[in-house]
Amino acid sequence: MRNTQATQLLFEQSRPGCRGVQLPACDVPEQPLDELLPAGVIAEEPPPLPELTEPDVVRHFVNLSTLNMSVDTHFYPLGSCTMKYNPKRNERLCSLPGMADLHPYQPESTLQGMLELLYRCQEMLGEIAGLPAVSLQPAAGAHGEMTALLVAAASFRDRRERRSVVLIPDGAHGTNPASATMAGFTTLPVKSTSDGFVDLDDLAAKLNGKTAVFMITNPNTLGIFEHEIAKITQMVHDAGGLVYLDGANMNAILGITRPGDFGADLMHYNPHKTFSSPHGGGGPGAGPIAVTEQLAPYLPSPMVVKEGDAYRLDYDRPRSIGRVRSFFGNTGVLVRMFCYLLTHGPDGLRRVAEHAVLNANYLLAKVKHFLPVPNGDRCMHEFVATASHLKSDKDISAMDIAKRLLDHGFHAPTVYFPLIVREALMIEPTETETKATLDAFAEALFRITEEPADLLHDAPHTTPISRPDEVTAARKPVLRWTPEQEK
Amino acid sequence: MPYIPNTIQDRQAMLEAIGAGSLEELFAMVPSELRLDRRLDLPPGLGEMELTAHMARLAAGNTAAGSAICFLGGGSYDHFIPAVVDVVSYRSEFLTSYTPYQAEAAQGNLQALFEYQTLICQLTGMDVSNSSLYDGASAAAEAAMMTLHATRRSGRVVTADAVHPEYRQVLGTCFANLDTELVTLGTPQGTIPLEELEAAVDDRTACVLVQHPNFFGCLEEIEPIAEIAHKAGAVLVVAVDPISLGLLRRPGDYGADIVVAEGQPLGIPMGFGGPYLGVMACREQFVRRVPGRLVGQTADRRGRQCWVLTLQTREQHIRRDKATSNICTNQALYALRAAVYLALMGPTGMRQVAELCLHKSHYAARQLTAGDQFSLAFDKPTFKEFVVRAAGSNVDHLIDTAAADGIFAGVPLGQWYPELADCMLIAVTEKRTKEEIDRLVEVLTGSTV
Repeated sequence: MRNTQATQLLFEQSRPGCRGVQLPACDVPEQPLDELLPAGVIAEEPPPLPELTEPDVVRHFVNLSTLNMSVDTHFYPLGSCTMKYNPKRNERLCSLPGMADLHPYQPESTLQGMLELLYRCQEMLGEIAGLPAVSLQPAAGAHGEMTALLVAAASFRDRRERRSVVLIPDGAHGTNPASATMAGFTTLPVKSTSDGFVDLDDLAAKLNGKTAVFMITNPNTLGIFEHEIAKITQMVHDAGGLVYLDGANMNAILGITRPGDFGADLMHYNPHKTFSSPHGGGGPGAGPIAVTEQLAPYLPSPMVVKEGDAYRLDYDRPRSIGRVRSFFGNTGVLVRMFCYLLTHGPDGLRRVAEHAVLNANYLLAKVKHFLPVPNGDRCMHEFVATASHLKSDKDISAMDIAKRLLDHGFHAPTVYFPLIVREALMIEPTETETKATLDAFAEALFRITEEPADLLHDAPHTTPISRPDEVTAARKPVLRWTPEQEK
Repeated sequence: MPYIPNTIQDRQAMLEAIGAGSLEELFAMVPSELRLDRRLDLPPGLGEMELTAHMARLAAGNTAAGSAICFLGGGSYDHFIPAVVDVVSYRSEFLTSYTPYQAEAAQGNLQALFEYQTLICQLTGMDVSNSSLYDGASAAAEAAMMTLHATRRSGRVVTADAVHPEYRQVLGTCFANLDTELVTLGTPQGTIPLEELEAAVDDRTACVLVQHPNFFGCLEEIEPIAEIAHKAGAVLVVAVDPISLGLLRRPGDYGADIVVAEGQPLGIPMGFGGPYLGVMACREQFVRRVPGRLVGQTADRRGRQCWVLTLQTREQHIRRDKATSNICTNQALYALRAAVYLALMGPTGMRQVAELCLHKSHYAARQLTAGDQFSLAFDKPTFKEFVVRAAGSNVDHLIDTAAADGIFAGVPLGQWYPELADCMLIAVTEKRTKEEIDRLVEVLTGSTV
């Protein structure tokens, strides 16, 4: 039933003389181009874009969309990504003209509704974090990490303290060390114990006067809560450092505990995870950060402030690190987040955490018998199982399992992360899945582990393509279509 | 709660299977002294009807650009967005899908992004495009950082104050912890003075970063600039307006090494500043240093043509602290929007929209400066935007008066350029009719056209 003609590349469907958009004729008097622009500035030919009609374009892209899995069509238990349901009311509301059709440089008197919304986002995120000062500027979680580290760097510079090292647990997401490097720090890994927690002895050994920040994810990337977090933050503070909380896993602790209360000085949120903004195939997201009052002066500029009943953008922030992007922020994502927070309220958010943790523990209980979970019988909102015994006994890898799940109508979980577990499968169901879905998923996983290795090595069998050759793709990269003549 | 589908019975059954007596038990890992002992101080939850009313009230507190006449520019523009762009990007399978790490489950996204990469190369004349960065400003900063590594020169980056002030602020923030000197040339005549550029670009200079057309809407002398950069062994990074490329010579054809852009004009709403689209394209030689995701073509185990994320060893999930950038989440959905827009417009549409912007902005400039209340700040060729100086009137007052009349007249420049405190930046896109332009002139000059 698939329309393989329509899914040919746009460039292969191009026909001379076709166009998809007709603009009106120019209604102002025109001057000759060579009077308006210097010689040599005008292109001799228009750009070699494909020529297509509107129906061509629609059929092409709508057919392409059917080649994707998505939250709206499939269960997506990707650990660390929080692939929860993306509410449709939020889509409708963030595209209201009064929300979407606003130029960033409009007079502030014409933006009071938007500024109020953003101010209230600042307040709500501060309350949920237990860290009062919030910047909505960063465009993604990693961007928020980098921004917060720049804030930390600025505060140490102000205090004339030369601290150049960021400590990061070995199970951390790759963006943590990458962000630290971009912010100008060097990084040092901190070991985990065999139980998967931060090794306090190793941390103590590495903390010193050069430590700027300890970055921690809590619950951590194994889905377990670092119960020694108060001690950890104390140790870091005693050494003169700051604690950064990677908020990717906030879904587990909303309304239960707060990063500011357990000793974090800075954190970022992922609204496209915790607060249901859709992932869009890889973005956009946003990366708002929350920090202590002492670090507030260093936050990016501008911030929204309230004066009486009016809202305005405050640029008068002399100690701010400046800007990390143009214009205010990924406002569309923040508007969806605002809708989500208003929909849930305090009780709703707490229920989100409770059910995220319930669903994850239930799935853990169902799979642990055939896919061991090294860190025990309890988890928070996600858990990490290992297929290492399957690999050694039957030559079935985590990747094989992931690929075969696609045949069963499930997106694969995250595989090979965190690095500290071999043949890792990181599974995060989220709270918006039914028990029935979890049962079906556990059943599928079990059946897969009983299938012959050969079948699994060539999986998936029922998807449009199977096992792309990634080696050749990297060795001889073909990153664009090229017309025959140019090849 | 609207999105939690489990019933009380489900919960009971699940707790039994887990072997826990209550939900509370599942949080045993969290020490009691760290538990929040009160409700979060947030307003109570709203149903869809109440939420809709609430948001309508907030939206009514804003003036949508479509309810006014918008002549605002400076990196974000009121361009026309065809309906097809919205319809495609609202498809569930695009909107609610994840990063295409599992290629077999994401050929739609991967092919669309491969097409986007190709379209950007076709538009800019460059060899390679990535599949998006956050916005034009962060793309410019990433480009500058790339050149520090690529040239192994970290002494200096040369730019000009005719580059968007917010781009330069972002550069400044990124460079705060590095030893690299950021030299910013003044542009009192509206474009970069070539002799000063030549003097500034030395053998420690990693790149020359210019914007063309620049923030003032002026066209730089881009070919001599390219020569100066290359003679000194520096990389030329050009920030462009993608709409201008329907008409102007492509950066790839005049010697740019890396091209960055704010892709918002390509089918993306103004959205109070975001999400937008960071475009980056470059010459082949930089491909292994490019930040962000790259989609490559390959074959599957049965020889079928397909697409995958490739050269991932550049990225954070593999190279970690040695990655070319920390970027993970990008602006994929907005790259899709740009691809759909470019596919609909094609070469003829892009040429036409550029010509409309050119002619309409020049008409507006001529009409505004016909009397003696306004003059052009710079005597340079312009595209889509221009800077006018108000003789004797206060620019902020003029803008407020116009706003009261339903016109967003221009962006006041005093906030970034003290010497231009009596000036504003006016943008005229294909959406502005002759009547609207005449109305702008009428309101600003107080006289009928």
